[in-house]
Amino acid sequence: MNDPHDHAHDHDHHDHAHPHRHPPRPDTDDTLGHFQIMEIAVRELLIGKGIVSPDEIQRAIEAMDARGEALGAKIVARAWTDPAFKARLMADGTEAVRDFGVDMGTTRLFVVENTPAVHNVVVCTLCSCYPRMVLGLPPDWYKSRNYRSRAVHEPRAVLQEFGTIVPAEKEVRVHDSTADMRYLVLPERPAGTDGWGADKLATLVSRDAMIGVAFARQP
Amino acid sequence: MTGRAAANASVPARFKPGDAVSVRRAHPPGHIRTPWYIRGHRGTVVHALGPFANPEELAYNRPGLPAQPLYRVRFRQREVWPDYAGSDADTLDIEIFQHWLEPAGSGR
Repeated sequence: MNDPHDHAHDHDHHDHAHPHRHPPRPDTDDTLGHFQIMEIAVRELLIGKGIVSPDEIQRAIEAMDARGEALGAKIVARAWTDPAFKARLMADGTEAVRDFGVDMGTTRLFVVENTPAVHNVVVCTLCSCYPRMVLGLPPDWYKSRNYRSRAVHEPRAVLQEFGTIVPAEKEVRVHDSTADMRYLVLPERPAGTDGWGADKLATLVSRDAMIGVAFARQP
Repeated sequence: MTGRAAANASVPARFKPGDAVSVRRAHPPGHIRTPWYIRGHRGTVVHALGPFANPEELAYNRPGLPAQPLYRVRFRQREVWPDYAGSDADTLDIEIFQHWLEPAGSGR
């Protein structure tokens, strides 16, 4: 399956003088859906009435695009190396991440820690609540009906599909993000990283590890 | 809009961590943040998060007051899903607003 030449071909590239034609595939971005039209209409009205400016909208989009998993990884790496920060992060994530210039807005950050006894994983079954302020935009699979419905009902099977096998004796704890908390998983620090600084440790922390569908990378 | 509300504009808290609760088995129309699958199930309060404006009101552009205390409630997966295939120890934590919770006796 990993070898792209493994499957049978019913044509031979080398003997054909002419290129074979694939059927044309329609573009998926040439028509606007209802909500896209509504978004444009509301945005134009807000600009027209002087409530927001095009510049403000552009800056908000740029700020959202600038946030990403690197920020979350820095927070995790600091928690791994600074026990006082970790204690603050676990007690009140919203306040602790102000150190990194993060404003959680109207939501609050709730950090859940993986331990030898518990593995945490986050889902939002109702929509796609996600700690955007520290991880940026959610991956498409996080918003899929497949993940949202199965992560609560068969989390171990879902984790296995991510290559994450949690031993049977370890508790899997699913967090359904239904209201005002936004969840960040604090992964277990990998063995063999004694003496590593926070910057180097941060390279081991993936987005998926902070959602809880993966472990931190091994050094 | 969501958000933490002033305590003086909120309903008094009925529950504390460790309390056994059950989720109301109700199906009102509207914007409900209590997942369907958890209604009627028993769990244990693990965190009292304080008062938050009621999303069922906010969804209709009303102020959401009085605010409702919000809790993180822990459920045993085996109790929620009879066909659950994981470990007996596996759990599910969900944020649930107080008006969706009732005290659950120690019985059963």
